[in-house]
Amino acid sequence: MQKYSIFNLVKNAFSNHENWDLAWKDPTPKEEYDVVIIGGGGHGLATAYYLAKEHNITKVAIIEKGWIGGGNVGRNTTIIRSNYMHDENALFSEFGMDLWRKMSQDLNYNVMFSPRGIINLAHSDAQMNAYARRGNSMRLNGIDAVLLNREQVKEIIPMADFSEDVRFPIFGGLMQPSAGTARHDAVAWGYARQADSMGVDIIQNCEVTGFDVTAGKINGIRTSRGNIKTKKVGLCVAGSTNILAEKLNMTLPIETHLLQACVSEPVKPILDRVVTFGAGHFYISQSDKGEMVMGGDLDGYNSYAQRGNLPTLQHVLTEGIAMMPFLSKLKMLRTWGGIMDMSMDGSPIIDKTHIDGLYLNCGWCYGGFKATPASGWTFAHTIAQDRVHELNAGFSLNRFSTGHLIDEKGLGTKTWIS
Amino acid sequence: MLHIKCPYCGMRSQNEFSYGGDASVKRPELNKEISDEEWDNFVYNRKSLRGKHLELWQHLSGCRQWIKVERDTATHEIFNTFKADEEIS
Repeated sequence: MQKYSIFNLVKNAFSNHENWDLAWKDPTPKEEYDVVIIGGGGHGLATAYYLAKEHNITKVAIIEKGWIGGGNVGRNTTIIRSNYMHDENALFSEFGMDLWRKMSQDLNYNVMFSPRGIINLAHSDAQMNAYARRGNSMRLNGIDAVLLNREQVKEIIPMADFSEDVRFPIFGGLMQPSAGTARHDAVAWGYARQADSMGVDIIQNCEVTGFDVTAGKINGIRTSRGNIKTKKVGLCVAGSTNILAEKLNMTLPIETHLLQACVSEPVKPILDRVVTFGAGHFYISQSDKGEMVMGGDLDGYNSYAQRGNLPTLQHVLTEGIAMMPFLSKLKMLRTWGGIMDMSMDGSPIIDKTHIDGLYLNCGWCYGGFKATPASGWTFAHTIAQDRVHELNAGFSLNRFSTGHLIDEKGLGTKTWIS
Repeated sequence: MLHIKCPYCGMRSQNEFSYGGDASVKRPELNKEISDEEWDNFVYNRKSLRGKHLELWQHLSGCRQWIKVERDTATHEIFNTFKADEEIS
């Protein structure tokens, strides 16, 4: 594989950049693999990469129904953070933050990681108290957290509405300075390119149609491009988890819901942080192209449409304008939707299943993108060693029956009601 | 925008309704021994079908009645609506 470097860039300039290697190949499926990962999104690609890199398992196939990076890894608002209160989420995400910081060097691919900091705004005394508690919990887990008062927030984001007579005045905020954003497509492509170079087969336009399970063991999968034998299958299919679970006669604590995001027309730099509205559900950052990247609530009903509805968009942007009134002057450039695997406590599942050789990675709710490296790393460990790592031990499938829920947001069993 | 026909009020916009999830989920009968698995299936586990899906909605900003809606989760097409206690053949 050609290394991406200034030297190679200059060298290839002499041949008009016509002789670069393909970033990844387009192989036909082999008859058998050691591990098959279903889903060529961020998590699936990262899992294959860490299987090869950390566990020397390279006879791996990634089976993708469409094209790699065409699902949620290409549809998110690119926010990376570890501002969680509960230990399971906090330690897992902070482990991921470390992988994010090294990612561009590790993958030899510029993922444009920008640790610009995230500010969660507080709009009441009670919320300031709750943020102080969460901030302290974060610091106990070694995560940076700064509680900001109103004046400190005003210094950082003066364009927010700091007038006295608004419905939700800004009391202050909780900031994680090391949080940030990254270029989402580059994350998928970077993982794909490295995984491919280590021998992983990335098989696109290949839909999984069934599984061969005998005596409680997985023996292979059936796809639209033929049968593939394997002893280990990892499911990384986010919003399509329930569709595949049905083929395995499993019902999971997951519902598939629709989440929208949008970008405004590009404008000059105004916002150099990620900011979330505390009185509702709205988050915003500015991309390197100048677009304001915004998102918020789910549409609120089960959906596989990957296409949103206007009432939710209107609701979300109303919150945005309440927080930063200048947004009302901007034109909308693009809106889109993705389908989320909403787990019943709002936390993910990375675990083995009752079927020998079948591993499950799902339930990412609103936070799949930032979890990409940590999810891939722990899932690769779980598959390779056939046991969970301590980082994902809490994300078990049976926690719903044993009562060890990780209810980070306190939303109970219906995480899509918010 | 979805348009939902409330069996009591007629065709109304989605904005008047709130969602209540899968309508096929049944609470376990209390007068018999209930296994943990049955509780799990009632509280947490969902089929989350792609395609035709029977679900609960409440006409919250209207008559406040709970209703059942048969809707396609892939296309958002609404086929039929029922009163909450209506038997569906």
